[in-house]
Amino acid sequence: MATDVTQTAASLADHLPVLQVLVPFIAAPLTVLIGSRRLAWPIAFAASAAATAIAFALLMQVIGGGVISYHLGGWAPPIGIEYRVDATNAFVLLLVSGISTVVLIYARVSVAAEVPRRQHTLFYTAYLLCLTGLLGVAVTGDAFNVFVFLEISSLSTYVLIAQGAYRDKRALTAAFDYLIMGTIGATFFVIGIGLLYMATGTLNMADIAERIAEQGSNRTVQSAFAFIVVGVGLKVAIYPLHLWLPNAYTFAPSAISAFLAATATKVAVYVLMRFIFTVYQPGFPFAVNTLIVIIIPFAVLAMFAASFIAVFQTDFKRMLAYSSVAQIGYILLGIGLLSETGLTAGIAHLFNHAITKATLFMGVGAFVLRAGGSFYDRIEGLGRTMPWTSAAVVIGGLSLIGVPGTAGFISKWLLVQAALEKGWWPVAMLIVASSLLAVVYVWRVVEALYLKTPGTAAAAAARDVPLGMLLPLWGMALATIYFGFDTNLTLGASRTAAQALLAGGFGAH
Amino acid sequence: METNTAILLSMVIPFAAVATNLLLRHRPNLRDGVTLAAAVLTFLSVLTILANEGNGTTEPMVLFSVMPGLDLAFNVEPLGLMFAILASGLWILTHLYGIGYMRGNKEDNHTRFFACFSFAIGAVMGIAFSANMFTLFLFYEALTISTYPLVAHKGTPEAIKGARTYMGILMGTSIGLLLVAVIWTSSAAGTLDFTRGGILDGKIAGPAVAVLLGLYAFGIGKAALMPFHRWLPAAMVAPTPVSALLHAVAVVKAGVFTMLKVGIYIFGIDFLASTGASEWLMWLAAFSIVAASVVALTKDNLKARLAYSTISQLSYITLGMALANSMGALGGGMHIATHALGKITLFMCAGSIYVATHKTEISQMKGLGRVMPITFGAFMIGAMSVIGLPPFAGSWSKWLLIVSAADATQWVMIAVLMVSSLLNVAYLLPVVARGFFLPADDKVSEAVIARNLKDGRIREAPLLVWLPPAISALGTILLFFYAGDLQTFLAPIVAAN
Repeated sequence: MATDVTQTAASLADHLPVLQVLVPFIAAPLTVLIGSRRLAWPIAFAASAAATAIAFALLMQVIGGGVISYHLGGWAPPIGIEYRVDATNAFVLLLVSGISTVVLIYARVSVAAEVPRRQHTLFYTAYLLCLTGLLGVAVTGDAFNVFVFLEISSLSTYVLIAQGAYRDKRALTAAFDYLIMGTIGATFFVIGIGLLYMATGTLNMADIAERIAEQGSNRTVQSAFAFIVVGVGLKVAIYPLHLWLPNAYTFAPSAISAFLAATATKVAVYVLMRFIFTVYQPGFPFAVNTLIVIIIPFAVLAMFAASFIAVFQTDFKRMLAYSSVAQIGYILLGIGLLSETGLTAGIAHLFNHAITKATLFMGVGAFVLRAGGSFYDRIEGLGRTMPWTSAAVVIGGLSLIGVPGTAGFISKWLLVQAALEKGWWPVAMLIVASSLLAVVYVWRVVEALYLKTPGTAAAAAARDVPLGMLLPLWGMALATIYFGFDTNLTLGASRTAAQALLAGGFGAH
Repeated sequence: METNTAILLSMVIPFAAVATNLLLRHRPNLRDGVTLAAAVLTFLSVLTILANEGNGTTEPMVLFSVMPGLDLAFNVEPLGLMFAILASGLWILTHLYGIGYMRGNKEDNHTRFFACFSFAIGAVMGIAFSANMFTLFLFYEALTISTYPLVAHKGTPEAIKGARTYMGILMGTSIGLLLVAVIWTSSAAGTLDFTRGGILDGKIAGPAVAVLLGLYAFGIGKAALMPFHRWLPAAMVAPTPVSALLHAVAVVKAGVFTMLKVGIYIFGIDFLASTGASEWLMWLAAFSIVAASVVALTKDNLKARLAYSTISQLSYITLGMALANSMGALGGGMHIATHALGKITLFMCAGSIYVATHKTEISQMKGLGRVMPITFGAFMIGAMSVIGLPPFAGSWSKWLLIVSAADATQWVMIAVLMVSSLLNVAYLLPVVARGFFLPADDKVSEAVIARNLKDGRIREAPLLVWLPPAISALGTILLFFYAGDLQTFLAPIVAAN
């Protein structure tokens, strides 16, 4: 009996890569089939927690530099679909599932307040599908499979954003905008993959990489690259392809804003990295030039333009959305530096910014719950009436600026270091200069919270949110501090990932 | 007690005091009493370090490593120990004064005030015992953030505006310039540890040395080097105990302390001297000294005048570093202590006058010396120490700086120091003279009478308000006689390795 259990456990351990996707994927229809409002949340939470555990187990297996190749249905690649896990995507998997679990704890109260009860079952179904899609994108080693999962996550995201309509009708147009933009992006992406298939006759990423290396550069491969970068760029919200993002984040339910800001764009960045470094190898001149000529200037532009716009927002949530566009600029800049330090900085910032933004968006959700909105004039004086929530928001804000002792500092440090290593002085100065804009937009919030007197009756009567929201909020806030000091996990994983990506691989093939 | 335990205690106790302040917010007497105990304990643990180590330098104690080459580490060395003794000792004094001032003046939000105050002291202890530039930077930022609520304390539009300037300049310079300098240093030298003789010799050369020094000099906004000095007068909207401790001791001295640490332990005095990289800084510091003194002459608001005086005096210390010889570094180090004692006296006297009469303008202070003899007497002693007259402590550090300028054959700098002393006389002594010799101005506003003066007569502020400046004034006299010991104590920082 005991051996049976160990055997089952061992064989289950072999299937972790597919279980990563299957657990939320099966849980999603289960919530509908059971059809109980009361059970929807526990199922979603259990699935998400299980996914986190799986992701953690996977990361521990590959953090030393190993690779797990899983053949779906036993069909060997390139005929079958291959799931391939290395340090890069294991890190992303842990990020996505971990954030999802924390946000779900928060969502229980927050969603109950923002979405009507009759929608709850379907809400959590869509949430699980979105999670499935995001995890699937990260885990798969098959280019077309990436597209499929990207669409699963996108379609469910449109639905989730539209749920914000119960609070503000503009959520519907925001979701519609994102639907159009997202679909254009997906179309570009699938055209790119089609061209790649035409040129190489395979869809397995590692396989495509080999074929491209053999045949060298040609028009088809180059245009495929262009289509893929633009298509994924829309999902990443690379400036100026970011237009869908501010509205989507602003009008989505608070829990969804927190979840999407921390995960969706991050996964898209992962796809971009995967295609640039694994499929097209770092030595591919066209890809390198694209990075230097197109991605870096737009990344720098994002850091400034979006930060500048963020300064002038009057809605806290919208300010955060623009700040996200700017922070994506940092990540892309790190990638564009094409050095180990730069890439490490980019990947580390992927993580650090995710937990920072999750903290902040959860904080906004708490303000919305108590003060009825997130406009600056609504949140005035909440530092006094909602001390715990406000303090967590300040911690998130400090991390956004990059104050030492917070997670944001670590990635900023590496990024500046990477720029200096390359001798790119102006870029280093630009990075810190745009941090100064972050000081300005964060401080507007701090002043509103602490130095103003409550402007509305709701703000004056506000009190801290229930523990169900406060605990995940503080969990994230403490995580931003923790990862500002202990960088073994974040930098360990990012550095391994950066080395693997720069070596052009999905590990050894 | 082990030295390392004492170092940790000196930081943990003030941070714990933040918690006790918040927990005991509904019991003001107990809250303030516990904080006083914390201040005394902090001072005692710093004294324990002094007893253990004297003026020795200990091995860094690494708490943990954030990433390779980036450690959170602490150690003891004479300059830092002096700063810690100064800050923790004056914390006791200022805390007493703060209780008297906040209650006497009926200010609000005592808990937030004392909590932030304790946090700031904890950050200062962290700065004083930092074993590397990263740790120092961490606490430097913590100090900025924790003092922001103190500056904005009154919550008036004026206070908010002042606090915004304060935050903007300090945060802007530290993130925009200092961070770059630190990362550059780390990339070039491969370490950030404070090492006797510096870590940059042979790692960078040519004009880059002057550029890096510039990033540090302007990046350390707390040193208030012109043109990044505007935050200091802006911060004077804070209640006077804040101005007294934070803007005479903790914040500004953290700035010049960092400046000296960078000069001595990052660049190395000899490296600066041999490259001549600090010469431009010397001229800029000289300009700051004279220009700020001239501006101080024009200010009628007492606190504003003192603020500009501080800007001028801080540049003495920067000048000491920029002169790039051992006398200069020693003089700068001593000036941290002597100016702290002198200036905290002046600020506390200004607060005492405000509590008793609600007067802030110098022109209204005629004749007050006769009814408030202790306050004005203490002010006079503090002023003479800042001017640099014997037998007050300030004379020695100024003496060393002049010797240093002579060593460096910078005759202009000697002239600058002399002119500055004259300007100090011109802007500080009239306050005292008006107080003692001009006939009293009987116009006391109705509000003041209603608040403090039952019979309409001005008298000394409460005991807890006038006693602390009297004590610190006596301190300046005492330090004059023990200055030799202080110099011997600091000597190792410039000793050849």
